Amino acid sequence: MQTTSQKFKENAKAALANEQLQASLIHVRHNFIDKRAKAAAALPEFEALRDNAVAIKNHVLENLDAYLETFERNVIANGGKVHWAATAADARGLILDICRKAGARTVTKGKSMISEEIGLNEFLENSGIEPIETDLGEYIIQLRGESPSHIIAPAVHVNMDQVRDDFKRVHTHLPPERNMNEPESLLKEARSVLRDRFLSADVGLTGANFLVAETGSTVIVTNEGNGDLTQTLPRVHVVIASIEKIVPTLEDMSQIMRVLARSATGQEMSVYTTLSSGPKRKEDPDGPEEFHVVLLDNGRTDMLGTEFKDMLRCIRCGACMNHCPVYHAIGGHAYGWVYPGPMGSVLTPQFIGVEKGGQLPNASTFCGRCEEVCPMRIPLPKLMRHWREQEFTRHLTPPAQRRNLKAWAWLAKRPKLYRLATRLAARGLSILGGRRHRTSFLPMAGAWTRHRDMPTPEGATFLAQWKAGTARQGERKGTGGGRS
Amino acid sequence: MPQPVKVGLFVTCLVDLFRPTVGFAAVKLLEEAGCDVHVPVQQTCCGQPAWNSGDRADTADIAKQVIKAFEEFDYVVAPSGSCAGMLSKHYPELFDGVHVWGERSRAFAVKVHELVSFLTDVMGVEAVEAKLEATVTYHDSCAGLRELGVQAQPRKLLESVEGLRLKEMNNANVCCGFGGTFAVKYSDISNAIVTEKAGNIDKAEADLLLAGDLGCLLNMAGKLRRSGSKTQVRHVAEVLAGMTDAPPIGGKD
Repeated sequence: MQTTSQKFKENAKAALANEQLQASLIHVRHNFIDKRAKAAAALPEFEALRDNAVAIKNHVLENLDAYLETFERNVIANGGKVHWAATAADARGLILDICRKAGARTVTKGKSMISEEIGLNEFLENSGIEPIETDLGEYIIQLRGESPSHIIAPAVHVNMDQVRDDFKRVHTHLPPERNMNEPESLLKEARSVLRDRFLSADVGLTGANFLVAETGSTVIVTNEGNGDLTQTLPRVHVVIASIEKIVPTLEDMSQIMRVLARSATGQEMSVYTTLSSGPKRKEDPDGPEEFHVVLLDNGRTDMLGTEFKDMLRCIRCGACMNHCPVYHAIGGHAYGWVYPGPMGSVLTPQFIGVEKGGQLPNASTFCGRCEEVCPMRIPLPKLMRHWREQEFTRHLTPPAQRRNLKAWAWLAKRPKLYRLATRLAARGLSILGGRRHRTSFLPMAGAWTRHRDMPTPEGATFLAQWKAGTARQGERKGTGGGRS
Repeated sequence: MPQPVKVGLFVTCLVDLFRPTVGFAAVKLLEEAGCDVHVPVQQTCCGQPAWNSGDRADTADIAKQVIKAFEEFDYVVAPSGSCAGMLSKHYPELFDGVHVWGERSRAFAVKVHELVSFLTDVMGVEAVEAKLEATVTYHDSCAGLRELGVQAQPRKLLESVEGLRLKEMNNANVCCGFGGTFAVKYSDISNAIVTEKAGNIDKAEADLLLAGDLGCLLNMAGKLRRSGSKTQVRHVAEVLAGMTDAPPIGGKD
């Protein structure tokens, strides 16, 4: 996928000025936060489950190679095939190859962020194969030629009027006077349009929330059931998943499942949880004839053993973005690549380089709410700070910012000079603020005073007053008392 | 009679420069709680601007300076959750695996507390002797709340202020958009966040907004004054110490 992360500031500015987007973003704030809080509160062992989920994933990451090999063995034993893709290009090539061999003209797709990561849709289209998104949100943004703005609610930035207009524009075979006034009527329409596509597709492609090593199963959770139709109706089922999705056992999977939907949508469970273990067997009434799993690395093994390894625990629930004040303000597209919000601010520099994605880990207030709600306890602010350290070490921080920081640090390391400088600053700024005790224009801090007044100092610094006070006290008592 | 506990007051650079009243309020509260308060003059800043900008080397120099200036005290107290969090959580992280300073920073970190939680949790203060006829609302500053668990403590002490009514605003625990240099580097996003916050403050219809961190307070006061809000702004320590004679942060309208 093309990135606009390097233009994050401009993207953010445009997002802030987009009234329709701002109205849609209110749903993120209202829909997800209270529901997660309620779901967590209703489960006394929620915190213990989180610890357990973290432990499972950490254990997997310590033994990733072994579990992936076990998984591969079991997929093969079930009659499926595993394909290893080191890069996005490798994965695209492998999937195209499978589609070509199947003589595919259309591919139905369940929701998959990995397919966004490798830019699969555009690639398939350019190769003469039509990809059809079947998740309602994904279907809407596909019609609009957009990318997801949220990892679990891809069309959260779009409102109903826009969906209606898109359906009118694309579903030209339907009577123009049809009822399109309620969300239900739009939903019905999408369902009926997609039904034909499900039946006629040659290949069904899904992502995976989990890969279970002990059984060689891939697991998806959905609320719409579209994933099931995608993978059971066509003759060939392709699963595209990244390597860190592996868990050792079904028991481990069910443990992590308990925090997944609760963190994401506040549901106890997603409506559908579907395990796929190989192609149709002789006694099975239905199912695909071929079962392929494409395992994507795309830089993930590079994260193992580094300060970013904790990020590989991420189960893509979206809780971090649901609770992020920055995401609330600008939405997902402003981040400029596949993954938005705090998790995207850690992942994007990893995948597209800190040179291009470096703004994202800087655009955080470090309020810590993302870490607080992350079911896998990923220290997201800390990981963003690690990116800032890499930028600083490699001199990628903007030069003016670096100079200011260095000048301030130089002063902060010289207490006497610092005292003098702050005394002068306090005095000067206090005069500037006058009796209003604030200024609406402060030279050098235009970015601040564009939107707010700057409260000004009271007059003398605390330490200057304290020293004067202790000196006076010393004269009175002939001692510094307890004060130093 | 037992020796009073020796407390080193970490004033914080913002309090020192912008709001000395908070420093004096902290001294008063600590002395009333029976502490022997010291203010080392070697202190400048906790190093957070450097730390959050990825400048580990300068952060380490500043952190060593702070540790040296304060490690002689029984406790180190700051009227700021953000600075106390820096000293107690991030210094050990900064020196993790570093010879001598790793150990020294951990020993130092356990002595560090945010002012209000120090009063309640360590000194056992249940009530303060202060009066204020006002309706106040309280903003939970992020670092104090999430790194140090400061939430119930200020509310408990505010309840003991005679005449004071606490009226909670919506989303009191959501960031105000300050984030140190974030407010300057991404001022448009910061403005969107503080605008939302100011809306919630206004809806609470309180006379006074309180919080435990001057950075957040400067940010919110700046927005409230610019938008012509009636709500005035103070650090929670000023109210608890009964020191509300000085003009509020950012003045009045």
